[in-house]
Amino acid sequence: MSVAIKLVSCAKTFADGTRAVGPLDLEIPPGETIVFLGPSGCGKTTTLRLIAGLESPNPGGRVLFDEADVTEISIERRNVGMVFQSYALFPNMTVGGNVEYGLRVRKLPAAARAARVEEMLGMMKIGELRHRRVDQLSGGQKQRVALARALAPQPRVLLLDEPLTALDAKLRDALRVEIDALLRRLRMTAVYVTHDQAEAMALGDRIVVMSQGQVAQVGRPRDIYFAPQSRFVAEFVGTMNRLHGVVRNGHLEVMGGRVPWRGRGGGEVEVLFRPERAAIVEAGAGQVKGRVATSFFLGDRTRLLVEGVSSGTLVVETTDRRDWEPGQDVHLVIDPDALLTLDR
Amino acid sequence: MARLVAVAAGGPAGLAAYGVIVTEPRYLRSLVSTVVLAAVVTALTLVIATIAGVFLQRNRFPGRSVLVAMLTFPLAFPGVVVGFMVIMLAGRQGLIGDLTRLVTGERLVFAYSMAGLLTGYLYFSIPRVILTVMAAAEKLDPRLEEAARSLGASSWQVVRDVIVPGLRPAFLSAGAICFATAMGAFGTAFTLATEIEVLPMTIYTEFTLRANIVVAAALSIILGGITWLALALARTAAGSSVAASA
Ligand SMILES: Nc1ncnc2c1ncn2[C@@H]1O[C@H](COP(=O)(O)OP(=O)(O)OP(=O)(O)O)[C@@H](O)[C@H]1O
Ligand SMILES: [Mg+2]
Repeated sequence: MSVAIKLVSCAKTFADGTRAVGPLDLEIPPGETIVFLGPSGCGKTTTLRLIAGLESPNPGGRVLFDEADVTEISIERRNVGMVFQSYALFPNMTVGGNVEYGLRVRKLPAAARAARVEEMLGMMKIGELRHRRVDQLSGGQKQRVALARALAPQPRVLLLDEPLTALDAKLRDALRVEIDALLRRLRMTAVYVTHDQAEAMALGDRIVVMSQGQVAQVGRPRDIYFAPQSRFVAEFVGTMNRLHGVVRNGHLEVMGGRVPWRGRGGGEVEVLFRPERAAIVEAGAGQVKGRVATSFFLGDRTRLLVEGVSSGTLVVETTDRRDWEPGQDVHLVIDPDALLTLDR
Repeated sequence: MARLVAVAAGGPAGLAAYGVIVTEPRYLRSLVSTVVLAAVVTALTLVIATIAGVFLQRNRFPGRSVLVAMLTFPLAFPGVVVGFMVIMLAGRQGLIGDLTRLVTGERLVFAYSMAGLLTGYLYFSIPRVILTVMAAAEKLDPRLEEAARSLGASSWQVVRDVIVPGLRPAFLSAGAICFATAMGAFGTAFTLATEIEVLPMTIYTEFTLRANIVVAAALSIILGGITWLALALARTAAGSSVAASA
């Protein structure tokens, strides 16, 4: 049922001359959930639409489903399921009518249609909404209907373009968990577009980080997070601190102190590290010293913005219960292995 | 308005003035042919204007903006001018007559028949409706069409299930106005002086030539009533369909 997708040097230039993507190459094995992540305008939607068949690549680009070249096949014959941020439910049909639509245009017999609609509504837990008009639904319910509608004709791949962006935070989390479970159970190849990195981490078997129409990095969420290959990826995914200093005598010397240096090279450098790789310690035990600029109490932890260690502000988090005041001194130990040197 | 009603009912025959309209074949024929003409004009206009309007809205080609600008042109012409143009085109000395004589040896003259009237009416109703359809087509959510196509809908299924329902409110309002205008159009029919007598012409004849004020008033009320009814029905239908798509 599920299909492998392959993009071969796919580029897309629009009529007005905008080069929205590529040329890019990408392989998605069957059953994988792949997430396209990147800032606004980086070409996520355009790439998704190339896979869907709503856009065709520039000459030379090819889209393959398994080994079959589908570049010339229009969307209505590609058998893909689509879910949009704006839901795009048919306003002139009921919930049931929407879910049934793909089966109706395929001219399935009425009994088979009814059974499948029943199954889909049950799967999305919206059986009781069957006769509602779609303008009488909440956002979360609408997206459930959209998912049921997309899945009803048993598509070969499910394409989701920021399906949760229009929902409020709590609903977004709940529905995300559900979509995750659903995709895993159905073992369906799925392409999920988002600019929310937490969503990408939680859902993706692999993440494709995109920047200006190009693939910046492809990898499992943990690879993207722990081993970013460029500054762009490092700073786009999660929070990154920058340390600016000089390497001398096996240490990186910065404004607020010095950290053991295990890396190569020397002279003036700029390195990156994640907030969770710095620990707050007692005065005297620290490698570097800074001052609290602002503190945010988050309940389970406190986030501190620390200045005076390097030229910018560092983000540090702590689970201690102290009441941090602006202006207070902070002493930090930074794991030397956490320092990333990225030239790009 | 109230005075019109009073004049019609206060005549020698009283309310029977309305009865005359049904019993006197000339009036009834005029009434029926006007309603039929207006309905046919409305239906043809909607079909032609929808195809043209959606096409114009979706496609960019050289000369498109000039074409769209020209569409607003006929709106400015009074009916008399439109009638005159139909005669120039399809009258006894008309262009189409000359052309058909060259080709077939027979002069094709339809300016003074139902076809001539239709041509005139379509000429001023189509542009108006095209503009309405274009405005409405622009507001259609392209994602709906894409969703339908992803579910396997063919082009005509998309038209039937997405575009036509989406344009329904525009059809109703534009159609009602088109119908009302066609019911009341006078200049075109007057200029063409056709074999078919439309209601506004009958009213004119009764009133000015025969001084039959009672029947003229009764016919006016009926003309107004039908037009009002068409507009009211469209508004009700549009209201419920707007609620359905909100
Ligand atoms: N139909 C179009 N015509 C011209 N340019 C377009 C068209 N669609 C998209 N673009 C441009 O192509 C680029 C990529 O757009 P795309 O919609 O793929 O970005 P995105 O990553 O999905 O962004 P977002 O997160 O804002 O949705 C943008 O610069 C956009 O302006
Ligand atoms: Mg997008």
